[in-house]
Amino acid sequence: MKDKSHDPNQMTGAAMIVRALIDHGVQHLFGYPGGAVLPIYDEIFQQSEVEHILVRHEQGAGHAAEGYARSTGKPGVVLVTSGPGATNMVTALTDALMDSIPLVCITGQVPTHLIGNDAFQECDTVGITRPCTKHNWLVRNVNDLAKVLHEAFYVATSGRPGPVVVDVPKDVQFAVGTYHPPRKSDVHVSYSPRVKGDAAQIRKAVALLASAKRPVIYTGGGVINSGREASKLLREFVEVTGFPITSTLMGLGAYPASGKNWLGMLGMHGTYEANMTMHDCDVMLCVGARFDDRITGRTDAFSPGSKKIHIDIDPSSINKNIRVDVPIIGDCGNVLGDLLQVFKAEAKRPDIKAWWQQIAQWRARNSLSYRKNNDIILPQYAIQRLFEATRGKDTYITTEVGQHQMWAAQFYGFEEPHRWMTSGGLGTMGYGLPAAVGVQVAHPDSLVIDIAGDASVQMTIQEMSTAVQYELPIKIFILNNQYMGMVRQWQQLLHGNRLSHSYTEALPDFVKLAEAYGCVGLQVLKPADLDGAIKEMIAIKRPVLFDCRVAALENCFPMIPSGKAHNEMLLPEEATDAATASAFAGGKALV
Amino acid sequence: MNQPASAYFLEERHDPNETHTLSVLVQNEPGVLARVIGLFSGRGYNIESLTVSETESQKHLSRVTIVTTGTPMVIEQIKHQLDRMIPVYSVVDMTLSGRSIERELAMVKVRGTGNHRVEALRLADAFRARVIDATIESFVFEITGNSAKINQFIDLMRPLGLVEVSRTGVAAIGRGPEGM
Repeated sequence: MKDKSHDPNQMTGAAMIVRALIDHGVQHLFGYPGGAVLPIYDEIFQQSEVEHILVRHEQGAGHAAEGYARSTGKPGVVLVTSGPGATNMVTALTDALMDSIPLVCITGQVPTHLIGNDAFQECDTVGITRPCTKHNWLVRNVNDLAKVLHEAFYVATSGRPGPVVVDVPKDVQFAVGTYHPPRKSDVHVSYSPRVKGDAAQIRKAVALLASAKRPVIYTGGGVINSGREASKLLREFVEVTGFPITSTLMGLGAYPASGKNWLGMLGMHGTYEANMTMHDCDVMLCVGARFDDRITGRTDAFSPGSKKIHIDIDPSSINKNIRVDVPIIGDCGNVLGDLLQVFKAEAKRPDIKAWWQQIAQWRARNSLSYRKNNDIILPQYAIQRLFEATRGKDTYITTEVGQHQMWAAQFYGFEEPHRWMTSGGLGTMGYGLPAAVGVQVAHPDSLVIDIAGDASVQMTIQEMSTAVQYELPIKIFILNNQYMGMVRQWQQLLHGNRLSHSYTEALPDFVKLAEAYGCVGLQVLKPADLDGAIKEMIAIKRPVLFDCRVAALENCFPMIPSGKAHNEMLLPEEATDAATASAFAGGKALV
Repeated sequence: MNQPASAYFLEERHDPNETHTLSVLVQNEPGVLARVIGLFSGRGYNIESLTVSETESQKHLSRVTIVTTGTPMVIEQIKHQLDRMIPVYSVVDMTLSGRSIERELAMVKVRGTGNHRVEALRLADAFRARVIDATIESFVFEITGNSAKINQFIDLMRPLGLVEVSRTGVAAIGRGPEGM
């Protein structure tokens, strides 16, 4: 028998985990220790290549890793313990699955002989996380661990990215086995996502685009996930074709908000021009978006007269909600590259002057307008001022979920991809603060701002403590209206203004709270003080909680009333009480 | 028109439902069946019949045969959703291929004496069902065929003293020399 005692690849399961992280280029790891992961934490203690960020709640670790992943394009890595550690991760995993964010989550598990025994801090982690991960594994043999870890990284980051969980029982962490570096054979033969688009389909798409009279490009998070090259190609494609372009919430920044072909975001709270363009177009090019219900409104009245081209890496996104005419399965960047090449070689940009004139008329409706106010800060105004104050700076924006999120999407102009982190699919209140922590870890010298609401921010406020511990100067810009604003808006519009449990009677004093955490608290009450306070906030090189008191009853417009079509938007100047009542009347089942 | 106000679009689709038989080749590993079943329950798809067994033990391959119903768009979704699972090798719509054979096996227990007993045996013979267990007052028949034939046989046994039925669910395979 060969003596293995000097083989450098012989090591414990715990050591393999740290080794695999290093082999995959992981520099930061977000986590929270507990009984079932102590061997791994012991290994982390004895090395310095991977830096561990200790959060205050496992959900925070998950969102921090998501923010890290989205702002870098690298996978976010999380380490949590068994039982409650794993169950606390479920929200973040689901969030990452919905928004296609690559996460590798390593969970501890009770020793194999106790699995199924209702042991202390035991839960069926792979069972619980099966529907909220792209894939998951329970590793029962230390000699399978290296292969599974390498496959986990591959699955999380390839194809349509997503979260994966590797559940490692404590005895497997202690056991000694053979490690191997990543190799191709680590991956299931059955898993091979398609990257390159079908050439014949691309030709068909180009023919359609070249014959368009009223085209539109509608892009989504897939362009961001595909990498910076995809955004570059998208910009070039818009330049070459001269087509108007809109984007989902997840895709903001792929095309610059200052670009001349930009229509603004589309969907429920999108601009009038974006939604009307979608409704009346004759050729739609959808790149890396998935026609979700917040985008389409009523599906049977969605862009009724158009031929639709859909580029997506996930075949299950095709024809899920909306039937398309030319599906192209492949990576957005890769397909855009081919599309551009074929378009340049074989097509001429169509004359769409008349279409642009029509769009200019829609634009003139100025759907994002709001009444100015000198006494109270309007939330839209606050975001506009924040945008002006940070324009040209190296800034990353995260958000929570609700009105402030929509206003941020409407009023903050994103010029670059990977700068905008928000919970789109799952709509997770409490996402933004820990996400900002993750972004700041990845970009220590950048300005990282969480545009928050007073309700959302309290869901993960404890991560302020993490920010203080690691000297992460995140800025939490709270639009404080004392309501769950979007809930209140819906109650007003849909439920007879019965504001059932959407008002927070006992908000904390955010300034004192900031001080209690050891960071800086600022409060602004008047529009005249806003610019100065924002300037002060940016200048402070420590975490800041910024309590921006805004108008309590402001609603987020424009809005497609639920169950209505894109051309039935409710615009702000039309949103009188009577118009609002009739737009939402009939209880037409609303999106 | 008196629907409650809702955040969700309560549109009803009226496309007719179709029944399809899907053959799914999967890596035989822990949890793979739970993944398949979880997909159906989680996304609200129907399972009319589900049959699973390892078919190539050397390669750890199992074949899952699922009979499901849904609108054409839903059936297409089901296939794509199955296909994107990591341990799934391939999904073939046997119904769409139009060249497949489906079989099911059932064991049918019938209890009775006298004329009923004689009639049961006569019908079993007509359906080519075999007697695989007998007592003085009962038979267990084994019958193979497509689901419709088995349903018909069971219906006929009911007045003759049907006690219970155990069915395997549908297995399907394509005609001709090619594999899936």
